[in-house]
Amino acid sequence: MEERNAEVAALGDSVILSTVDAVIGWGRKYSFFTYPFITACCGMEFMSVAGPRYDIDRFGAALPRFSPRQADILLVVGTISHKQAPILVKVYNQMTEPKWVFSYGACVCSGGMYNDYSTVQGIDTILPVDIYVPGCPPRPEMVFDGLIKLQELVAKERSSKWPRGEAEFAPKVKR
Amino acid sequence: MVELSERIKRLLPDAVLSAGSSLGQQYVVVRREAVVEAMRKLRDDETMLFNFMMDLTAVDYLGKRAHDARYEIVYHLYSLKHHHRIRVKVSVGADDPSLDSIVPVWKGADWFEREAWDLYGITFKGHPNLKRILLYEEFVGHPLRKDYPIKKRQPLIGPEN
Repeated sequence: MEERNAEVAALGDSVILSTVDAVIGWGRKYSFFTYPFITACCGMEFMSVAGPRYDIDRFGAALPRFSPRQADILLVVGTISHKQAPILVKVYNQMTEPKWVFSYGACVCSGGMYNDYSTVQGIDTILPVDIYVPGCPPRPEMVFDGLIKLQELVAKERSSKWPRGEAEFAPKVKR
Repeated sequence: MVELSERIKRLLPDAVLSAGSSLGQQYVVVRREAVVEAMRKLRDDETMLFNFMMDLTAVDYLGKRAHDARYEIVYHLYSLKHHHRIRVKVSVGADDPSLDSIVPVWKGADWFEREAWDLYGITFKGHPNLKRILLYEEFVGHPLRKDYPIKKRQPLIGPEN
């Protein structure tokens, strides 16, 4: 035992003890690949977020993937109609785990001002949402605040959370 | 100079019920039965030449007009030759909200008429493909009618809200 303590002491500051989850979480939080699912006017503000002035790349979440299979975050940007909802669920279910859902804008969070015949009243009725950013549209600062909060969430996550499984969704009329 | 709407009234005395202008914009109200012939004349007549059908939409005047004039179909026409424009209105009743399609006159009216049918339930007789364009096939009713309940949900292909 004494021998072992001496060995550990000899290592000094060259070793850091941690958990595997913490290391993985630290790695994940700065390397999000995003899948922007853009349907409406919030997309204009997303362009500002992604562009050079506000520059989402500073937070390591700049790289948009053109296939949901390669993405980590589903950025749902803009009003989701009943007609669009099955497509959104299909995209979510195609993403590989781990995956997070970022609800971008008032319409996505709650239906926004569209309390009508065609609009989904918040995508949390069909998908597990990790972060809500309201606003019509939200300012880039709000989006970054949401993103940083999501990073904190991801860093603290335990691997037992995954896999989360498919989103269950049963429309009355199947096509 | 005689105003455009007045000239149209003289050109189509049988079809035009009234003519006038509102906020400097000319309009004519056309008899429902005469709409296709009137449109064809407006397109082909040398003094009119309305070769561009800019817009076609419907208005629901529920509670504001008589039962037999509940809906109004509004056409916006423009002449690229003469640079003049006219608004043509046609009233249809609540019991039989239908009129003849103007697709034979302007092919571009196809999707506009489908939209008016989808959201207001106006039937365009003789339309080549009158089916829903914005909503999904399973949707029941026409949501932009004023008597469509604002809280009514038909989540047939979407989620339960």
